[in-house]
Amino acid sequence: MIRIEGATVAYRGRAALRDVSLHIGAGERVAIIGPNGAGKSTLLRLVAGLLAPATGSVELGGERVDRLDRLAVARRLAVVPQLPTLPFATSVEEVVALGRLPHEHPVRGMRPGDRAAVAAAIERVGVGHLLGRDARELSLGERQLVLLAMAVAQAAPILILDEPTVHLDLRHQVEVMELVGDLNARDGTTILAVLHDLGLAAHFFPRLVLLDRGRIVADGSPAEVLTPERVREVFGVDPEFVRLRAPR
Amino acid sequence: MPAQAGILAPRPTRWPRVAVARRPFVVAAVGIGLLLLALVAGIAAGSVAIAPGDTLGILGRRLLGLDLARTWSAAEETIVMDIRLPRVLTAMVVGGGLAVAGAAFQGLLRNPLADPYVLGTASGAALGAAIAVLIPVRVLFLQFGLIHALAFLGALASVFVVYRLSRVGASAPMTSLLLTGYAVGSLLAAGLAMAMYLSGTGLRQIFAYLLGGFEASSWGRLAVAVPLIVLASLAILLRARSLNGMLLGEEAAAHLGVDVRRERALLLALASLATAASVAISGLIGFVGLVAPHVVRLLVGPNARLVLPLAALLGASLMVGADLVARLLGEIPVGVVTAVIGAPFFLAILRRARSGYEL
Repeated sequence: MIRIEGATVAYRGRAALRDVSLHIGAGERVAIIGPNGAGKSTLLRLVAGLLAPATGSVELGGERVDRLDRLAVARRLAVVPQLPTLPFATSVEEVVALGRLPHEHPVRGMRPGDRAAVAAAIERVGVGHLLGRDARELSLGERQLVLLAMAVAQAAPILILDEPTVHLDLRHQVEVMELVGDLNARDGTTILAVLHDLGLAAHFFPRLVLLDRGRIVADGSPAEVLTPERVREVFGVDPEFVRLRAPR
Repeated sequence: MPAQAGILAPRPTRWPRVAVARRPFVVAAVGIGLLLLALVAGIAAGSVAIAPGDTLGILGRRLLGLDLARTWSAAEETIVMDIRLPRVLTAMVVGGGLAVAGAAFQGLLRNPLADPYVLGTASGAALGAAIAVLIPVRVLFLQFGLIHALAFLGALASVFVVYRLSRVGASAPMTSLLLTGYAVGSLLAAGLAMAMYLSGTGLRQIFAYLLGGFEASSWGRLAVAVPLIVLASLAILLRARSLNGMLLGEEAAAHLGVDVRRERALLLALASLATAASVAISGLIGFVGLVAPHVVRLLVGPNARLVLPLAALLGASLMVGADLVARLLGEIPVGVVTAVIGAPFFLAILRRARSGYEL
């Protein structure tokens, strides 16, 4: 589904990713972890085709992402964006409806099928009680859920999440993780998420990819990746701390 | 699955379906009614008042070929057909074009305070017009003088310069564009001040141009400007999806399938073209391009597919109405009328809006 081969990305002369190769199959659920500045968000932008690698290649479903136009990428891959500031009063349903932009008719706009997808995404993420409200008046956590609903409405086979739980309380963190798991299990959506919380990552993702200074240093099950030595070496913290937070 | 439980479980919801789905049609119907009213009033009223019945009669006879009994004089027919009709149509097209351009600039720059003149079009056009007044050559081609040509070119050139200067690397981030527009605008304003200082007897002509107006409208000018403004506006309308994507910012727009760099350049070019053509035939008329999109957004939300056509309708009605007021008050500049009506109107909208606008 996603295939990165030997990709190197440089920002202003500084390498953000060095010789990264990563294969993610259809229906997999993968969390990218690593300290700040490790290149996690860069990796997501690379997969989404917003960055071109200096060397190497990125493929989505067998096609090179740099040869697809943006609309074709958006039909394959949905991204939950970082919290934006909205310039105009925008209702919650209007934000969620933006997820249908890649599918709607170029002239006539949303069709009945699009409206149904919006309504279904609103139900599924559970933001129905926010309908009719200006998205700018919501709390950060509520906005994050609305943006998640937008990405769900996009109904792409790949869902990318960059820190989807930063603004959420513990209960919502768990619920978002369960929703993501449900999208993966029931709809077969391939999930690629950047997570800071190693506990959430270990609990909800069968496969973790650990990035450090632009390189993949470990790739495997939580038990394989989050060894005490690695946690000490990469994150520079006492591994006990991670074990306390991780449920197993 | 547990994902369906807890807070994420669907709650009984009240879908405001009717309001969202039907309001645009109501707004559109009211807008069309307003525009027709303004057009008839704009043709009937003036220094020579022509009865609305006669106005409709003349229009019906001359435009639709209806076989109506003539209850009006030949002079009245000339006034309606050769003076007032081109004038209200120019006001209508310019008002609609400025409203569409304003909505496009606001959406593109993600800034509610943007108007069609924000990237230096106004100062570029003004400087072009002032230079035309200073050049002692009078050329007239298709009823267009040097002043119109240089205003048009000045507006387009200033946007082009702003766009090129604001490019950082391969892209032009919106803040950089806005600030560059401000800087270039200030520089051009200095040039305009200098030109006005040097203009001597031409000062009044420059000043009249800056304040804008439709008294010099003619079929010839209309025929050149209308295709530019209408085609640019339609092309903007066809890019409504891109404007919608930009609501969430450029990166999110890219994720939603918008080729941001291409769409930004195209939309900037189209909105600038509509603005430049408007400015060339009618001078600088403010507020319509700022206010009309905001009023429409308050009524139907930010969806560009609705905002663009409805703003065009409202902008057209506002401009025809403002021109009518200007004429009834003894040919005062339209820009003065739109500012006097527009500024308090804008303040009222800001107060009514549910939450403040972020800058």
